[in-house]
Amino acid sequence: MFRQNPSRLTFALAAVLALSFSACKKKESTETSAASSSTILIGEVGSLTGSEATFGISTHNGIDLALKQINAAGGIGGKQVQVVTIDNQSKNDETALATSKLITQNHVVAVLGEVASSRSLVMAPIAQQNQVPMISPSSTNPKVTQVGDYIFRTSFIDPFQGEVMARFASENLKAKKLAILKDVKSDYSMGLSQFFIEQLKKSGGEIVIEQSYAAGDLDFKSQLTAIRAKSPDAIFVPGYYTEVGLVARQARELGMKMPLLGGDGWDSPKLYEIGGKAIENSYFSNHYSHEDQSPRVQEFVKNYKAAYGATPDGLAAMGFDAMMVLAEALKKTPDLDHKKLRDAIAATKDHPGVTGMLTLNSERNPIKPAVVLKVENNQSKFVATISPSAAPTK
Amino acid sequence: MNEFIQHVINGLSLGCIYALVAIGYTLVFGVLSLINFAHGEMVMMGAYFGMYFAKHFKLAEEPGISGLLLTLVATMIVTGCIGWCVEKFAYRPLKNAPRINLLITAVGVSLLFQFSGQLIFGSAPQFFPQLVEFNLDTWKIGELQFNPLQITVLGIALVLTVVLQTLVFKTRTGRGMRAVSFNRDLASLLGIPATRVISLTFVVGAALAGAAGVLVGLVYPKIDPLMGSLLGLKSFVAAVVGGIGNLSGAVLGALLLGLSEEFVVGYLAPTYRDAIAFAFLIIILLWRPSGLLGVNRIEKV
Repeated sequence: MFRQNPSRLTFALAAVLALSFSACKKKESTETSAASSSTILIGEVGSLTGSEATFGISTHNGIDLALKQINAAGGIGGKQVQVVTIDNQSKNDETALATSKLITQNHVVAVLGEVASSRSLVMAPIAQQNQVPMISPSSTNPKVTQVGDYIFRTSFIDPFQGEVMARFASENLKAKKLAILKDVKSDYSMGLSQFFIEQLKKSGGEIVIEQSYAAGDLDFKSQLTAIRAKSPDAIFVPGYYTEVGLVARQARELGMKMPLLGGDGWDSPKLYEIGGKAIENSYFSNHYSHEDQSPRVQEFVKNYKAAYGATPDGLAAMGFDAMMVLAEALKKTPDLDHKKLRDAIAATKDHPGVTGMLTLNSERNPIKPAVVLKVENNQSKFVATISPSAAPTK
Repeated sequence: MNEFIQHVINGLSLGCIYALVAIGYTLVFGVLSLINFAHGEMVMMGAYFGMYFAKHFKLAEEPGISGLLLTLVATMIVTGCIGWCVEKFAYRPLKNAPRINLLITAVGVSLLFQFSGQLIFGSAPQFFPQLVEFNLDTWKIGELQFNPLQITVLGIALVLTVVLQTLVFKTRTGRGMRAVSFNRDLASLLGIPATRVISLTFVVGAALAGAAGVLVGLVYPKIDPLMGSLLGLKSFVAAVVGGIGNLSGAVLGALLLGLSEEFVVGYLAPTYRDAIAFAFLIIILLWRPSGLLGVNRIEKV
């Protein structure tokens, strides 16, 4: 009964071993030595390897560029600033370990990170518990800063984009009749839709039809046929790029020529690959555009290109801004007390960031503009900057 | 009225996709009474091979029907070979084992393909190249929009079904298949090479799945290693509703499924698409337990 072909068994064992070895392979974390009295230590937790590595590396480069500029200008209060970076391999458990290590062993004055909201939600309770200020450069889920009063971010939150696109539709596109096609499986999509509708009503627009799909769907023709019957001026599709690409193609196949509108979930080269010609002349909101002609942006783009040989994306810009906001606050707290530093960050007002004039509100979320991009020739072109309305974003 | 007819067109074209997958299911079931759960994964393999083939030979740069046919044939050959291997290494060693073992093996093979697919191709969705391009404005009647791609798919699905019907009912091999389907032991006694017939059935089924994979990729260009599971499940249901084992039944069931999904989204609640569409199919099965075109077989106790 237990007769086994030995060669086959050996082979199977070898395969299992090989797999477990490759799974165990760890990337070395980039760590630097502990503090001395003449330096200010800041911690960074980033996804430098793993599935979100491109996000993590861009953010890290942005932070690094800011750091070089700060130190070149003489540091803060005569002290040089040093960033201790730990790679979390895009994993949640590594994130928790890294955050604890930075706070308890390296005694950093503040932590920067993470890009992914899910991992920022791992970091935030640890930072809050130890009363160490944390700034997430680009986590957009509203829950992140709700963890506690030591948690900040420098990106706008999801619902704001709904407001931006509603205002863009009514003010820039002069659209009156709008349709919505949202993803019922995603909080992101539902949040954007809700705020889109609220803002559109204020601007005097009308939602003629609301349809939904579930992430992973392939066929959207029935929803689109129903939308076509109402002939809207534009369709708001606040989803992620794969579904949006398919929606665009199928809309054009049904002979619908109105523009599609969306949020930063569209921002991927894959959008153009899948959407092809169908996605042309559609618009989406984003955090920043490297084509923005404002001198702050152009200077940042020039410096970044010189340092890393690539055009900075939104994540790099937000990493840069997060580091700069922290540096400004550090200048106001020479004794590096955590509580005072927290208060200084919270008081950030009209900070001239690469991603716009940035003011932190009472919920520790920034009030700052978004950009709207248009898809043209398989690229996104900068169209407009939309500033937040007078009322603070929720 | 226009909207209604457009829904019908959309539903039929969705149904064609299911039909292509469903005829593969029904063929293997007809011969072996085995639900080949790995069939959906064979569709996925077909889509991936088609994508790599088309990208390697840069077929998307000069879109045309010849590039599509070339990809189709190459994919069918490759998935046919995979089907042969699966039958030889996974199913044939179990040919005298109880049917339930075979079923579990099929589930295992399906999972093997899904997860090794994620390892080899990566789990992020990839995009199928555009092998054919049409000018949409020429395919318009009034407000109604016909998608030439879907008409191509419908055409290929029909051709494949007819070829299959001929193979099963008009050729010597087909007679062998039907004999094995009727009684394998008796067929062997009468000199029919049952093992070879079964092997061939798998090859044909897998080749069909490969073709379906390429066509699915063409119409819905987002492909990922798990795409086969839901598509396979729905097509299997379509085959059952039509009467499993019956080729025209599979096509009929698939078209019905496509239409009911389309109408649920168009006129009822999109969130409940699968729930309502499947409830409708359950009602059909209550009314005709062996499927629309199925024959009531009396089980010997």
